[in-house]
Amino acid sequence: MSRMGKSDLRTSAKASRRQVLAGAGALAGLAALPASVRAAGEPIKIGVIAEISTLPGAAIPKGAEIAADEINAKGGVMGRPLQLVVYDNHVSSVESVRAFQRLASQDKVVAVIASFISEVALALEPWSARLKMPFITPGAASNNISKQVHDDYDHFKYTFHGWFTSYFIAKSTSDSAHDLLVDQLHMKSCVVMSEDAAWTTPLDEGYLEFLPKAGLAVLDHIRFSPDTTDFTPIFNRIEARKPDVMITGISHVGVVPTVQWAEQKVPIPMYGVSSQATSSDFWKDTHGACEGVTSQAGAAPDSAITPRTLPFTQSYLKRYGLLPAYCGYSSYDMVYVIAEAIARAGSTEADKMVTGLEATDHVGTIGRIKFYGRTARFTHAIEYGIDLVPGVMLQWQQAKMKTIWPLKYATAKISFPSFVKLPA
Amino acid sequence: MLGYEIFVDGFAISSLYALGAVGFTLIFGVSGVLNLAHGGTMVVAAMIAWLVIGDLHTGVLGGALIGIIAAIAFAFATYFAAVRPIQRSRAIPKEETEIFILTSTLLWGIMIQTAIAYFFTTNPVTVPPLVPGVVHVLSVRTPSNEVLIAVLCWLVMALLWLFVSRTRAGKALLAASINPRALTLCGFELSRIHLLVWAIYGVLAGIAGVLLGTYLGASSDNIGPLTASAFSIVILGGLGSVPGSLIAAYVVGYFETITAYLVAPTLRSIPALIILVLVLYIRPQGILGRR
Repeated sequence: MSRMGKSDLRTSAKASRRQVLAGAGALAGLAALPASVRAAGEPIKIGVIAEISTLPGAAIPKGAEIAADEINAKGGVMGRPLQLVVYDNHVSSVESVRAFQRLASQDKVVAVIASFISEVALALEPWSARLKMPFITPGAASNNISKQVHDDYDHFKYTFHGWFTSYFIAKSTSDSAHDLLVDQLHMKSCVVMSEDAAWTTPLDEGYLEFLPKAGLAVLDHIRFSPDTTDFTPIFNRIEARKPDVMITGISHVGVVPTVQWAEQKVPIPMYGVSSQATSSDFWKDTHGACEGVTSQAGAAPDSAITPRTLPFTQSYLKRYGLLPAYCGYSSYDMVYVIAEAIARAGSTEADKMVTGLEATDHVGTIGRIKFYGRTARFTHAIEYGIDLVPGVMLQWQQAKMKTIWPLKYATAKISFPSFVKLPA
Repeated sequence: MLGYEIFVDGFAISSLYALGAVGFTLIFGVSGVLNLAHGGTMVVAAMIAWLVIGDLHTGVLGGALIGIIAAIAFAFATYFAAVRPIQRSRAIPKEETEIFILTSTLLWGIMIQTAIAYFFTTNPVTVPPLVPGVVHVLSVRTPSNEVLIAVLCWLVMALLWLFVSRTRAGKALLAASINPRALTLCGFELSRIHLLVWAIYGVLAGIAGVLLGTYLGASSDNIGPLTASAFSIVILGGLGSVPGSLIAAYVVGYFETITAYLVAPTLRSIPALIILVLVLYIRPQGILGRR
């Protein structure tokens, strides 16, 4: 269709403009540094494919650019500077695949960081295998991404899952629900409410498995279309079940259900994953209707999970004027992970890089990052654990994102707006 | 309780559909143009209202007004950029004008969609409610804003009816939809009537767009579905028939709501489309169609 041709032109124009800008920025940065740490020689290129028109997707190239600039300022990788080649995929798997092919054949990148949408990551995975191109998704969650690596390792080993699997998101959310909702607020029951998408099928399985163990009986399980605009029927159905809380799994939608929840004064709190709420624009976009809304995320802007979390948040805020959405953190970390893997392997050759990536032990912004091994259930996914990457639970409180879990990193206590009824 | 919920919830959304579709059907009735950039007009109104309320602090009413003005401007832009040049073109055969206008308004709508996605992202924006708080209607907890939407929609449609039946300009408008040739013979300038109908369309679609923004939110992704829903309603009601569109808006609105409540929220839009297909088979002129 003509639309694709047109956007194709736009991506390439954008990419070249970005390259020039990145180059100019790198030059300006280098001029200020002593000669000894200047990166020289042929740049090492890393591809980035992202949904730039969405809140989470926009954070992917932004986070990656900060990491690349920092690495270049310290002398690059093996004395060579990193260069990012960025493509907008317009939230389309087809365009993502084309961008991936172009990155491999034309731009000659050594690895690709791409997408927060599972459907896109799953479409790119076979191409990563075919083209033997190391590929990391910094934000997609479907279990199948790392499960495929486990099931056919020799073929799919080039794919790394630089974000939680849905299984671990469900685990992290349920662990936090146990500490906050059950222990502190004495809740006993919930309704699971998720958008119908590839990442939520395993998420919901995880919710249904872990939530009862955490102490919340699941009274109902509702899946709705990501195109939904009127959430009234869904909220009414949930209310009729009289649960203490609704556990969300939403990422494609966010602003609309949040605003309708607050406008209709639905007395049941929302808790769980709400990816759009991890962007600082969310307060403005919902006119403050997100007071009390939570989201599971990798890191929070106000809590030092590692010594790197807050400095990164600050440089992102300074550079772009807003706080990073969840995959901004992981994209930043994944550029470091790739750079370290290249240094470890001493090569940009794909198979050696895979070995280098598998040896990853990197303290990033979201925790201590290691990848599960070949025999684990989720090969090449980041390892979940309170001392590794724990995940955090954020909550919007008075126009600020606060960390409410893990308790040792918490900067605020959980609280909900006054129209929400909590168990006595 | 469930029955009341369906009644109240369905009424608000159907009223909004009705207002959105009336302008669309009016333009077709008067000038024979199917404006496939219709969703764009509504989303532009909501986006501009959202933008000026957030950045210029105009207040909700001021923002709503500016949003409606933007919709009128956009309606004229559509007319002068995508409709008028084709109507006047000598290169396009008269009998193919309609299909060319269909194409040009469709492309115009896509251009607006792409531009909005580029500048404002595809993320939906919401206009703050005109009135905050909730009231109980038939014991259903309903946002006051939703009640206001239903009232405003009917008020605007009543005003439109008064205009068409009581004023000279309105009567000319009605006459243009019945027999444009006779109207020109009576000394009326048809092109001025077309301008008038596009202005009225801009007001109606603008109000519907701003109200939509306060209720369901608006994003560039909505442009296609909004056009499609107005299109289905107008086909179902009978092309060019305002009362037909009103009835059809409630049929579609309630079918969607009933499906969302009783079957599954995921399948919301399916039954209305099935009815549409059936209507095309059994009664292609629609509920109150003239042809």
